[in-house]
Order: sequence, then structure tokens, then C-alpha cells
Amino acid sequence: MSVNAPAPSRAAGLTVAWRLAAFHVEGMPVIPILILVVLALLAIFADFVAPHNPEVGTLSQRFRPPAWVAGGTTENLLGTDHIGRDVLSRLIFGARVSMLVGFTAVLFAGFVGTVLGILAGYLGGWVDQVIMRVTDAWLALPALMFAIFLAAIVGPSEFNIVIILGLVYWTRYARVVRGEVLSLKERDFVRLAIVAGCSKWTIMRRHILPNVLNTAIVLATLMLGVVIVTEAALSFLGVGVPPPKPAWGLMLADGKKGLMAGYWWLTVFPGVCIVLMVLAANLLGDWLRVKLDPQLRQL
Amino acid sequence: MRRFVLRRLGYAVISLFLLSVTIFLLVRVTGDPTVLLVEPGASKADIEALQHDLGLDRSLGVQYVSFVRDLLRGDFGRSFYYRTPVLELYLSRLPNSLVLAITAMAFSLILGIPTGILAAVRVGGWWDGAGKVFALLGLSMPSFWVGLLMILFFSVYLGWLPSSGAGTPLHVLMPAFALGWYFAAAHMRLTRSSMLEVLGSEYVKLARLKGLPEALVIAKHAFKNALIPVLTLAGINLVLMINVAVVVETVFAWPGIGRLLYEGIAFRDFPVVQASVLLGGSMIVIVNVVVDILYAVIDPRIRYER
Amino acid sequence: MSDRPLLELDKLSTHYVTGRGTRTVKAVDEVSLTLRAGETLGIVGESGSGKTTLALSILRLLPTAAHIVSGAMRFEGEDLLAKSPTEMRKMRGKRIAMILQDPMASLNPLFTVGDQVAEPVRVHENVSRRSAYERAGALLKSVKIPAVTQRLREYPHQMSGGMRQRIVGAIAISCEPGLLIADEPTTSLDVTIQAQYLKLLREIQRERGLALIFITHNLGIVAHMCDSVAVMYAGRVVESGPVRRIFNAPAHPYTRALVESIPRLGEGPERLTAIDGQPPDLVSLPAGCAFHPRCPQVIDRCRIEAPDSVEVESEHRARCWVMAPAPRSRA
Repeated sequence: MSVNAPAPSRAAGLTVAWRLAAFHVEGMPVIPILILVVLALLAIFADFVAPHNPEVGTLSQRFRPPAWVAGGTTENLLGTDHIGRDVLSRLIFGARVSMLVGFTAVLFAGFVGTVLGILAGYLGGWVDQVIMRVTDAWLALPALMFAIFLAAIVGPSEFNIVIILGLVYWTRYARVVRGEVLSLKERDFVRLAIVAGCSKWTIMRRHILPNVLNTAIVLATLMLGVVIVTEAALSFLGVGVPPPKPAWGLMLADGKKGLMAGYWWLTVFPGVCIVLMVLAANLLGDWLRVKLDPQLRQL
Repeated sequence: MRRFVLRRLGYAVISLFLLSVTIFLLVRVTGDPTVLLVEPGASKADIEALQHDLGLDRSLGVQYVSFVRDLLRGDFGRSFYYRTPVLELYLSRLPNSLVLAITAMAFSLILGIPTGILAAVRVGGWWDGAGKVFALLGLSMPSFWVGLLMILFFSVYLGWLPSSGAGTPLHVLMPAFALGWYFAAAHMRLTRSSMLEVLGSEYVKLARLKGLPEALVIAKHAFKNALIPVLTLAGINLVLMINVAVVVETVFAWPGIGRLLYEGIAFRDFPVVQASVLLGGSMIVIVNVVVDILYAVIDPRIRYER
Repeated sequence: MSDRPLLELDKLSTHYVTGRGTRTVKAVDEVSLTLRAGETLGIVGESGSGKTTLALSILRLLPTAAHIVSGAMRFEGEDLLAKSPTEMRKMRGKRIAMILQDPMASLNPLFTVGDQVAEPVRVHENVSRRSAYERAGALLKSVKIPAVTQRLREYPHQMSGGMRQRIVGAIAISCEPGLLIADEPTTSLDVTIQAQYLKLLREIQRERGLALIFITHNLGIVAHMCDSVAVMYAGRVVESGPVRRIFNAPAHPYTRALVESIPRLGEGPERLTAIDGQPPDLVSLPAGCAFHPRCPQVIDRCRIEAPDSVEVESEHRARCWVMAPAPRSRA
């Protein structure tokens, strides 16, 4: 018995699995990084790795099940979709789309959000008020809804999606970075710089920016998962990456057509890919958060 | 107290203003509003009439004023597809979304809170490990994929549940589960950390020093205190749920405001899209303000904070 | 008053094991104490000296990382270490009670005062809600809280710090325990309230024949309240004995330094002495006597061997190779 916490019971099974998943080498979480690296490699070398053309299919071979199910062939390891396109190839090229869109959007949102957050936090006054009011207002809009709205106006395309996602998510960065800057402002090295006569811009660039970079990076990894899911949702609804490009969300939308007929592979595999990527991003983000900045635990 | 309320209301008004300005500007400035707002297949005369209506020949400021004036009068435009005022359409679909959201929220709390408590009380043990796995999966699986999987399993393979539409309680089970799954994981996480914090508090220490049985310590002293932040989050999430349910409603063809938005996109029914976003955003702003004020009523300390 | 001591600790040791078994901290190291019914024992030491861990060891409410590794504990003749968790739980609050330092944090903000005071009564004595509630009212009266009926219905945050500490006191005595452990109960109170509170404690003690262990870092309070005192340093009791003796003729250099560091009116600033150095890090204790790096009377032996407990006079023991020379007379 204890005053502070009850004794832990013997762990088994699941905790072993958990330990495996959280396996660290030299402090780095192996599995998430492995997953992301594999996905990145697939994305880069898609042209060489994928067995078939992801955008063209043979109608006579539509709705083939995966190779290990009756009716499947090894030619299409994971089956084909409603136009006869190879699922595996589409998944591999889809990794490229997801990674590109995901990373670019996160970078874009991060850049805009960090800059605005620094300006708002450091300059204060009306700059702060304006930026904060806009942030609050935009935060009130659910990201998905806002993204759909924007997509409806400008039309779906890969480029547009990145811009849209960036516009939707910069507010999260701005909020957090501003908070960091507010507390950084009080620190001695900043005060010294002011006393030494540095201009505002110099201080912001050389002193504040490097220190909020940690926070921004952690936030970026955490946001990656969210962005990917949002992009998948948008593609699923038809306002994301347009066909015939292979985006995982789009594959899910196509997969729905065959769902009632029992063509499960069109739904399961793309979803698993999304989950893997998001999972890896989340695990990595959690680890980074603990490592780089314990203060961010509340995030 | 009064100052607090006024200030919060002020912020809300500003937010609503900014919201409407953003949407207004985005429509007028980025695309050609006539293309968006005109019915497909309209004649040239119709287009010109619309242009005049929108006041496109006048300055942006004037346009905005008439835009807001229409909104305040309840005129959010007419749906091309349904040929009824959008506001009417929206309000008729809203109850369905509420039903779905409340069911999903209930599910997420029923699943999330007990697992969170168990994970905290048996920290480091089996339940905690299982809880961590559940939380990770829940937060990584997109809700619409969960929905699709459920249809696959329960409708196609087992034939137990209907895969679309609304009407019977059976219809709401899968959508609510799919929607609530993510939030269940989030609530579980928060319950766990909140409970752990409470379990380490001085008053729990004292409760144990009093010689109270452990079950009583947890059920009475720890539970209520741990629940406060979770319920706060749940309240905020409820409105979020309604608005984010777009994809789940689409997957299950559930007739709520989410599906309305989807129809708006699918049928190129822009007034519907615009109104959905305006109304959805406004709803969140208003609910946030109400929650803020309610909290100040309950907890006097908050009133004096910035 | 029976001859058998109420509480006996015999070479009790409690260690914290951290870093997955790699580091052991000897929070309580071979502590031996005796306490008789109705007596007041003061335990004095700096923070980190092991006082609180000792108290928690007696109640066997240690955090998961800590274990009682050796020694014996007897309360009213019963072996505390042999008791099952349920038996221990039944003793807590009923036969041994404890007061914590911060009264605001000790009380649950969501429940009324009445509920929290009546709670131990209901749990330990299985009485009805009504009679437990009435008992709560009587208890509040006995700790001199006015407007009892109203207070019973109020919440902790509606009361002042002094009142809250009294309520915590009322909770502690609710089931008529034989021993009350008070862990720095006055540290978070205003100075003006401290005296009142201490007076109250003494009254309660006298009325109920309660034995009291008073944990503090304030020697002044010890002089006022306690019959005997144990001085702790780095987890060990370095000196113990009757209060008068310890103050007049402290044997251990640490105790001497503590006693001398109490400022007295009328003496100039040159008289203020402080103890050089810092309390040791329990993770890496120096070899030999833990106090030797700061000791003004250190000899070679101190650096090598930790001193055993030696009897200076009857009931006055100390752990020192040197033993301070004859004391100066105190006014």
C-alpha cells in the first residue's frame, strides 16, 4: 500500500507488445523512424519499385482479389480496383502523394505560423491583437470544414490542397509559438540584447527564432498526422487530390464502391497505410516532445 | 463579473465578424462569385441579374454590408438542388447531427473514462499497456476508415446492421461508433493523466491516511476531481464533433449537416457550402462563449483572470 | 500510564530503490525510537533528512519505490510489520493518525467539511450518517471552530488557513487514536496563528492522553511542545533524549550547531552562527559519518567509520566519535 500510488500489477502480453513498439536504440524510437524512412524511400523510388502503372488499368482485370485469395494472381499482389489498376502500385505512388502533400503543407503552415507567432509575441500591441483575433476566429472553424470550403472555391488540385492545408493549420503554430515567445521575452539573454542596442528584427531573427525552433519541430511532427488524415478525408470527399492521381484517401473513396460487394482489399490496404504513417508521425512526435521540450507535455 | 461577460461577448462578436469577413473575402476575391453562386445552366440574363443582386459593381465594403444584412435577416441563400432557403435546409438537418454527435459522445465517454481510470489506477500494468495501445490506434485511425471497416464487417459479412440512412436505433450504432472512436481515445488519455495527477494529490494522501479503503479513495475522492478536465474537453469536443462529422455522415449517408455539406460539394451547390461553413463556425464561437461564461459562474477564480 | 512503550522503533531502515534497481537511497537508516503514551516526541532535521519518510514508514504508506528493508516496529506491543494491508488500513486513522503540512491541499475541494470530518468515523466505527455527522460537529467544537452547524456545510476554500488546519486536526482525532503524527503542521500557517494552534494541540493532547510525534525543522517549537527530541541527519538519528538535556548539553556537533543558530534577543549580529556547507545528497553519501564534511570537530576516524549510537547519559544517546566538549551555560 502506498500514499502515492498503488503497486503495479504484473504486466504481460500487451505490455510486451508495447515495449516492442516503443523500442528504443540509443534513445531513438526505432519503429516510427523505420516506417517513415521506408515510406519515404517508397515515395522517392516509386517508379522503380512499383510493379505496374498506377494510373492505367486493364478493365478485363478489374476487382481482382489479393494474391493469397482464390481468384488472385501474383501479378497483382494486393489485387486490382474497379478500373483494373494495381492496388500495390497505387499504394506505393500514393505514399509519394501523401508524403509530398503532408510535408509541404506542414512546412508551409509551420513557416507562416511561426513567423506570425514570433511577430505577435514579440512585437505585442496591435500586431498581437490583430493576429490573435484572426487566429481565434480561424481556430473556431473546424479544419475540415474550412478546407472543404476553400477547396470548393478554388477547385481541387495537389497544389491547391497544400495551400489550403497550410492556411487552415497555421493558426495552431501561431498560438503555441506566441506563447513561447512571450516567456522567452523575459529571459536574460533577450534583455541583454536589447540593452546592447540590437534592433527588434535582429533579436527576433537571431535570438528568438532558434529557441522556438524546438517547439515548432515538435509541433510539426504532431501536425503531420493530422494533416495526412485531413488530406485523406478531403480526397475521400472528392475535394482533395483529384483522380487519376493515386492518393490513399481517393482509393478509399473508390473502394467504397466495391464495399457492399465484399471487395475488402480496396478499403483495408489504403487505410492501413494511412494508419501506419499517422502512427509513425504520432509516435515520433511524442518522443520528440519529451526529448526536446518537456514543457510541452500539455500539448 | 459583468466586465468579464462583456469582454467575452466582445471577443465573440469580433470572431464572428472576422469569420464572416474571411468567408466573404475568400468568395469574392479568389474565385468569380458569379460562377459559384449562379445556378448551373442559367441564362445570360440570369447571370446579369445575379451580378446586380450581389452588387458586384459596387465597392467591397458595400457588398459586405449587404452580405451581413442578409445574414442577419436569416437569408443565407437558396440551394440550387433543393430549391429551398439554405437556412431552412440546415436547421432541418441539424437535429440529426445532434443525435449522432450526442450518441457518439456518450459512447466515447462510456468507453474512454473507465479505461482511463483503470489505466491510471493500474499504472504500468496490463490495463495501462492496453490503454496506451488503444489510445494510439484511436488517435491514428481516421474515423471514416473505421466507419468503412465497420460496414464491411457488420453489414457485408455479418449482415447485422444497416449500412446507410437513419431511422431506427440500429442505424445510429455504427456511425456513432466510428465518430466516437477517436474521441474515446482522446478522452481516455486525458482521464488517465488527470487521474494520475489526482492520485498524487495531498487530499488523496490524506484519504489514505484516514484509513479509507482503497476503493472508496478512488471512487469518491479521486474520481470526481479527475473528471473535471475531461468533461470540459468533452463539452468542447461535442460541437467539434458535429462539425467534423462530415465524412462519417457521408460514409453512412446519415442525413445531417455534414452530409449536407458533402451534397453541396457534390452537386456544386455553393450557397449550401457557404452557409454550412458560416453557421458551423458561428455555432462553435457561440458555444465557446457560453461555456466560458458558465465556467466563470461556477468558479469565481476564473473571473479575475485575463 | 502503562510501562510498556506505545511505539517502539528498533533499527528501522527504509530505502528507496530507483533507476531500475541501480541506485539505493537510504532515506531512513537504522532508526531506533521509543515513545510512551501521552508523551510528545519532536523529530528535527533539515529537509531531506528523512523525517517524513520515517513517518510514512510507521504508517506503512510508502511510495512504490520505497521499502522497509530491516528493523522492527511495534505499536502497543503489536508488530506493525507483520500486519496485512487490510489490518494496517484499519489502524490508520483509528489508532495512528497523521496531519500533513498543507491544510488547503489536504482537504478535498469538492466535498463539504462535515462530510470529510465524518468520513473516518463512518468508515472505522460503522455508525449511521446522522450520528457520524453529529460527531463531526462535536469534533469541530473541540478544535474551537465557531458557528459549527454552518461550517459543517461549507467547503474548504471558504475557510482561512488556520481554520483548515484545525479541521485537519479534527479529522485526525476523530476516532480517538493513541498516536498522532504531525508533519510540519505549522509551517504553512501565519506566525500569529501558529501559537494558537500549538496551544490547541497541547490541550487536545492532554484531554485525550494522546501521544504526539511532532516533525519540524523549527527548534523553537520543539522547546515549547516536546518532552523528548530526536535529531535526524541524512536518514539517521544522530542524537536523541529529553528536550532539556539536548538544549542545555547537546552532544552531537550538528545538534550543537542547530541549538546555537537560534537567534536570541539582546545578542549582537556577531553571535549568529550558521552551519557551513549543504546537507548531503542521499544518493552519494560521504564515507564514514555523514556530517563530517561540515563538522567543526571532525577527526580522522569520522571520515572512515560511521559512529554507533552511544549512551551519553540515561535516555540521552548520540552518534558521534567526538562528543562536544562541556557546554557553555545558557541564560
